[in-house]
Parts: sequence; structure tokens; C-alpha cells
Amino acid sequence: MSAVHDARRIRRTVLDASYRAHVGHIGSCLSVSEILATLYRDVLQGAAPDDPSRDRFVMSKGHAALALYAALRLRGWLADGEIETFCGPRGGLGVHPEPGTAGVDFGTGSLGQGLSYATGAALAARLQGSARRAFVLASDAECNEGALWEAVMFAAHHRLSALVAIVDVNGQQALGYTKDVLDLEPLGPRFTAFGWDVVEVDGHDTVALKEALSRPASPGGAPRVVLARTIFGKGVSFMERRVAWHYLPMTAEQYAAAVAEVGGEEPSP
Amino acid sequence: MRASFVKALVDLAERDERVLLLTGDLGFMAFEPFVERFPGRFFNAGVAEQNMVGMATGLAEAGFVPFVYSIVPFAALRPLEFLRNGPVLHRLPVRLVGMGAGFDYGHNGYTHFGIDDVAAVRSLPGLLVLSPAEARQVPSVLSTSASWPGPVYYRLGKDDRAEVPGLDGRLDPGGVDVVREGSGILLLATGSVAAEAALAGERLAAEGSSPTVAVVTRLAPTPVDALEELLSRHAFVVTVEAHFLAGGLGSLVAEVLAERGLPCRLVRRGVDEIPASAGMPHLLARFGLDRESLAATCRALRGAP
Repeated sequence: MSAVHDARRIRRTVLDASYRAHVGHIGSCLSVSEILATLYRDVLQGAAPDDPSRDRFVMSKGHAALALYAALRLRGWLADGEIETFCGPRGGLGVHPEPGTAGVDFGTGSLGQGLSYATGAALAARLQGSARRAFVLASDAECNEGALWEAVMFAAHHRLSALVAIVDVNGQQALGYTKDVLDLEPLGPRFTAFGWDVVEVDGHDTVALKEALSRPASPGGAPRVVLARTIFGKGVSFMERRVAWHYLPMTAEQYAAAVAEVGGEEPSP
Repeated sequence: MRASFVKALVDLAERDERVLLLTGDLGFMAFEPFVERFPGRFFNAGVAEQNMVGMATGLAEAGFVPFVYSIVPFAALRPLEFLRNGPVLHRLPVRLVGMGAGFDYGHNGYTHFGIDDVAAVRSLPGLLVLSPAEARQVPSVLSTSASWPGPVYYRLGKDDRAEVPGLDGRLDPGGVDVVREGSGILLLATGSVAAEAALAGERLAAEGSSPTVAVVTRLAPTPVDALEELLSRHAFVVTVEAHFLAGGLGSLVAEVLAERGLPCRLVRRGVDEIPASAGMPHLLARFGLDRESLAATCRALRGAP
């Protein structure tokens, strides 16, 4: 078993559950599959979702929560039956993660807030003398939000080296490509200029992700941002780099084709 | 209430090591007692109120009780969605402190007025909203809310010296305190403008027709029973608030009157248009909130000249 294998299982769960619920955000879930697989297999420390000394994780791009649920299931923190409640008529797991779900440290859904939660979590760890870290996964378009840069400044000023932000740089947002909507590049130099330690990786390379996310704190104490260059819709050829798959649900034919590409050996609920 | 707040916060922080203080770069000549006593528990978040409330959420999740300070609109309105999605949704003990309720920053103008915060935050479930009327109430306001499990919003006035005659720093657990017993008319006020209501009561008493005057410190959750007890024994209620009419104390009282079916006529005194900057006495008079105007309102209700 490996993070590569986990990523495949996450993709399969994303396809199955979103097809069953007839909802979208599939492309966003597919771009973060390796990131979440690596985090939950190889990076995040903590014996249980309520372990006070666990690393904190904020799924700031809350619209890809289905991929998080799949990762939490692989970690053993969510049961198969809970995945089945995704977007169910009587409630259960929602499109965005809500507090109260095992493994969800912070509910999200409104973009640009998660980095502030994680910054507070990293500051709390320092004040409590804990070695735990705070991780946050943000989308690239989320960097449109000004409040995110407030947290960027605070974390750098206070040298919160326990803070690790991952940006899913898939180059797309709801209505277009980020370069056409609000160009974020050069994103790395922007974070560097704000005092962060910047690591750029292929966001589908689990070995590179593990190395980047497990690195010791930077000597100067700078918070770290891992710019994970990803492909929106990764793994399903007809979704890759297509803006429409931000929102579209799948037809039966599309679901069958997607499953054939991702792999069918791993039935999931 | 700035100095009173900081003194009470230092006392609280002595007893509760979870207490932290974050400010959005405000509090000049105010926080020194806290900073000197607890330098490691004070953070200037910079002029960045949204991140400040978001960080407070992360700190509170880990077990801290962060107090987050700014001027009312920058404390309650600028980061409102962070408050909603953070401490409120997660039911965490973040303490939001808004300084300058009403027209305390009169010459600074509308951007600095605290006249719409109650309307903005009163709908948030589980948020305790406390609006003391005088500095003497502040220690009780802080100590009685210390164990509130969810978030709290403190709506404070600047003045540390002004007093509400008859209040003597009391704070009923129900959130409503009577400062003058009278009959027929109930003057119901919140915040430091309550002093004007109490002084109007003194004036009317001297004329032989004393109204009841009460201070509403808890604005959310609504102190329904305490209000019903008072409203049910008066023919008129005049609400007095340095706040827009929509969504504040007057609205809250209207809800109680309607839902409890009480035969008490409501007259609301508050702000009904965007005020230009001016001195506080002028602004209070402009909206009928000064003691003279309030006394005149009561005389008119009694059918007197």
C-alpha cells in the first residue's frame, strides 16, 4: 500500500459518491487526491481525531471536501456508511466540511478563511510548547481573497514555522483559468516576498509531496508554502483542464468512462 | 470603559491562563497594564481584523480564550463573516470586544460609529451580546460571562467616569436592571446612553410623574422573561439606544411585545439616518436621545404639555 494507491482510492470514492449524489466539484477533488493521500498516510501526526496533540489540518478549499472524506475514511476516522450520506436528503456529509465530522478540525466553505484558522492553530502550538504542526490546503483562486494575505503577513512576521500551507495550483477557478480571471503569477516569488519559505512541487508526485511536507522547519523560522502544481480533473482525461468540471455532475456514460480510467479494482461505498 | 475593561481583563487573566489579548492595532494608552503583566499573551495582529478573528478561532480550538479588540465597526462588521463561520459555527469561546458603542467617536464620523453592530450580530446563534451602561458594570460583565461556552461580543463605551444614576454597577443575571421604579412609562435603554434615560427619569420624578427606568445589558440571547415582567406592568415603553432603529433594542422589544401579546405601546428612540460627524451631545440631541428630549417624549405620552 502506498500514497499512490490511496490517491487512486480517493479518486474512486470521489467519482462514486459524486455520481450517486449527482453533484459537481469533481475536478477540484481530483486535483488534490495525491496531496490528501500523502498528508493522511505519511505526514499528519495524531492517533485520533480528538487527540489534542494531533497536527491540525484545515481544508480551506472546502468545496473539495469529498476528497477529504475519502482520505479520512482511509485513515479510519470516517466509516464507509458515513461516505454514503454524502449530500443525502436527510443530511450527513455535505459538499463542504462541517464541524462535528470526525477528523474535520475546522468547518470551511467560504474561501480565504482557512489560513487564518491554521495560523491561530500554529500560534497556539507555540504558546503551548507543542511540536504539533498546522497544515492548510488552499486553492490557488483562494489567493484572490485579501484576508488570506493578512494571515500570510502575520505568520511571516511571527515566524510561525509550525505552519505549512499547501496551495493547489491547478490554474482554474469557477468561471475560468486563473491567468484570465485574476492572474496569481508569479505566485512563488509573491510568497517569497512576503517572507515565506516556498517549495514548488509536482502536486501529483507523492514522493515529492512527502519530502516537501515532511521537511524540517526552515532555519529562520519562516512559515512554509508548498505550491503544488496540479492538473484540474487529474486522472479523468475528459475532465482535465476543463473549467466546466468545476460544477458539472456526471452522466451515467461519463461516470462509466471516468471509472474505467481511474481504475475499478477498488470498489468503494 | 476602556481602562475598566483592561483592569478587569488583567484580573481575569490572573485567574485564567487561557486568556489572550489580540488587538487590531488599536488601544493606544490602554493595554499597557495587560502587556506589562502578560507580555507573552498579547498580540497586535496589525490592521487586519478578519485574520485576527480567524486566528482567534484557531487559538480557541486549541483551548485558549482569546479577547479580540477593535473599534466597534472594525470589530463587529469588518470580520462579521469570520465571526459567523469561525467562533459561532464552531461554538468556541472567542471574546470580541468592540470599543466605542454609539457616538463615542463622534468627531470621527460614520465610519467609526457603533450604531449597527447589534443588528449585525444579534442573529448569530449562541453569541452572547453584552452592552454595559457604565464602567462600574464592566468587572461583572466580564466575570459573569467568563464561563459562557460559546463566543461573546462586548459592546463597550469609551467613558470610564460616566455613571448611570441608580445602577451602582449592578448586573442582574437576567441581563436587565431597574434603576428607577415608576409607573405608566418604561424607559428602556442600553449602553452609555442609559445615563440620559436615567437623568430624564430624575427630571420627570421631580415633576411628580416618575417613569420606570431600566438598563438592558444583555442583548442576545434576548432576556425575554425579564423584559416581559417589566413590559407587562407598563402602558408605554420608550426604547433608548445609540443605534439604528432597525435591529437594535427597539426591534428586540417589539419582538417580545408581539410574541408575548403584551398590551404595551412601543416608542423607539434611536438613529434613523446616517449621521454626520459632530460632538456626542449634539448627536444625542439630534436623534432625541438626550435627557431633555427623552423627558419631552415621556411628557407627550402622558398627555402633558
